[in-house]
Amino acid sequence: MPEEVAMALSREEVEHIAELAKLALTDEEKSLYAEQLSAILGYFRKLQEVDTSDIPPTATVLPIRNVFRPDEPGEPMPREWLLQNAPAQADGCFQVQPVLEE
Amino acid sequence: MAPHAWTIHETLEHLRRGEISAVEVTEDYLTRIEALDPILHAYLTVTPDLALAQAREADERWVAWRRDPTTPLPPLNGIPLAIKDVICVQGVRCTCGSRILENFVPPYEATAIVRLREAGAVFLGKTNTDEFAMGSSTENSAFGPTRNPWDLERVPGGSSGGSAAAVAADLCAGALGTDTGGSVRQPAALCGVVGLKPTYGRVSRYGLVAYGSSLDQIGPITKDVWDAAILLQWIAGPDPRDATSWPAPVPDYTRALIPDLKGVRVGVPPEYFIPGMQPEVEGAVREAIEVLAELGAEVIEVSLPHTAYALPTYYMIAPAEASANLARYDGVKYGLRIQGETIWDTYRLTRGYGFGPEVKRRIMLGTYALSAGYYDAYYLKAQKVRTLIRRDFEQAFERVDVMVCPTSPTTAFRLGERTSDPLQMYLADIFTITANLAGICGISVPCGFDSQGLPIGLQILGPALGEEKILRVAYAYEQATPWHHRRPPLTAIDHPGRSLGSGERFG
Repeated sequence: MPEEVAMALSREEVEHIAELAKLALTDEEKSLYAEQLSAILGYFRKLQEVDTSDIPPTATVLPIRNVFRPDEPGEPMPREWLLQNAPAQADGCFQVQPVLEE
Repeated sequence: MAPHAWTIHETLEHLRRGEISAVEVTEDYLTRIEALDPILHAYLTVTPDLALAQAREADERWVAWRRDPTTPLPPLNGIPLAIKDVICVQGVRCTCGSRILENFVPPYEATAIVRLREAGAVFLGKTNTDEFAMGSSTENSAFGPTRNPWDLERVPGGSSGGSAAAVAADLCAGALGTDTGGSVRQPAALCGVVGLKPTYGRVSRYGLVAYGSSLDQIGPITKDVWDAAILLQWIAGPDPRDATSWPAPVPDYTRALIPDLKGVRVGVPPEYFIPGMQPEVEGAVREAIEVLAELGAEVIEVSLPHTAYALPTYYMIAPAEASANLARYDGVKYGLRIQGETIWDTYRLTRGYGFGPEVKRRIMLGTYALSAGYYDAYYLKAQKVRTLIRRDFEQAFERVDVMVCPTSPTTAFRLGERTSDPLQMYLADIFTITANLAGICGISVPCGFDSQGLPIGLQILGPALGEEKILRVAYAYEQATPWHHRRPPLTAIDHPGRSLGSGERFG
């Protein structure tokens, strides 16, 4: 476990996280989040007090189990319904900008 | 008494006797919404056409049933409800309090809504919420805050503040909220109504817009405990569309409503009475515990030693899950799109503009916690502490049937008071988040008022699938005390200078 958890976040780190999360932030937002996230992360330092060396993590409170159903074809949702909220559509498809460069 | 003042069970009785029609009840609510909601802003969308069509169908069923009592009659036939705007009602705009979904009309319906529709309920509209249910005051809604009906300068709590305010102000007979860290119970406490968070998995999450998937639950917000039992009855149960729904049969919850507590063991956790909490809240909760003892309960002090770590644990796990869940808002298939030069710019601009400050803050926090190099120190650590918090409750429930404590450390705070300090806002959830981390059930019932006349909530926590236990204790307490009969003084005379029905929006 790194010793340096909950250090103050630099502006560069904020920009890196924003890029991972695909969020365009204003300069003002970057400064604000650097300050606020540092304060919140400082608060998380409290967790390091707890000895969890033999404790398994909890990802779900439910008993882990598989849920099966018969693999039968169902009634699909009409295509128009799925497209009705699309910001742009063409020929019955969602329209997006190119993802791959030439 | 006007129809809007009735509880769900009272409304059903009046409808059954044929003293009033479902259309008349619905019209009474719609009229009241038109008069008061411009001030309260509990609703984001009102659906009068849908509501009146459903009410007319309900009346046809009442007529058929009266002609021939063997005709099947759905259990909530003609009951007008409000639905938090993170739960999908097919064909009705679902904004999640966010600009990014401002014009989203879901082509499908949440299982809880399907069940209420089949039960004959009437949908009055969609209620205000903190954006994507992230908040404790409803001030994070992109469409402006909801006001507390007890004091218009104060918050209703959150994130289900619209639903709680609508129930408190008699703008619906009952409502659905959602609870990821207290978002049903805390606004219920701050608005003086009843709010129940079911056990994780008791109510299907299908059609609930995801925030923290291991924590989210849909729950009822109602005028009394009986109504909470009635609504839970029809929304609970396994669902093939939600693999995390609990495959246990649903008991008859109204049979748990017994007005005494003989043989019931009630635990009081000392960790939930902390320095800094409002003394009047502690006083009211301590008095409530005495009432439980007078009703026959055995009261025992039971420690929950990891309570102090719950808040940082929650504010690590919930944002981490949120950052993954909210990755889907990319402006491709639905929702807002702001076109940039490349697809990558489009993602950044859409999300940067479409999400509000608190949602961006939690996405950033969660992304950081899950990112390379920090996963073990933050996210995995929090998941391990979550195990310890669960074990605290498992051990406690070996000794007692329920635990009782305050729902919120304070009564309703002022609008704007905590918006600039996220940590201060997070403290509003300090007593409610443990139930979500442990996956157990909890209910908040009114237990008094502070010197400002603001409601105080008593929280009753029960083990997984212990809904009957918390309902019994809540019901016995409620029946022995006068609090649930009080209503906020919402008239034009009490609030001079605010004209009713003008369509004016505050904030």
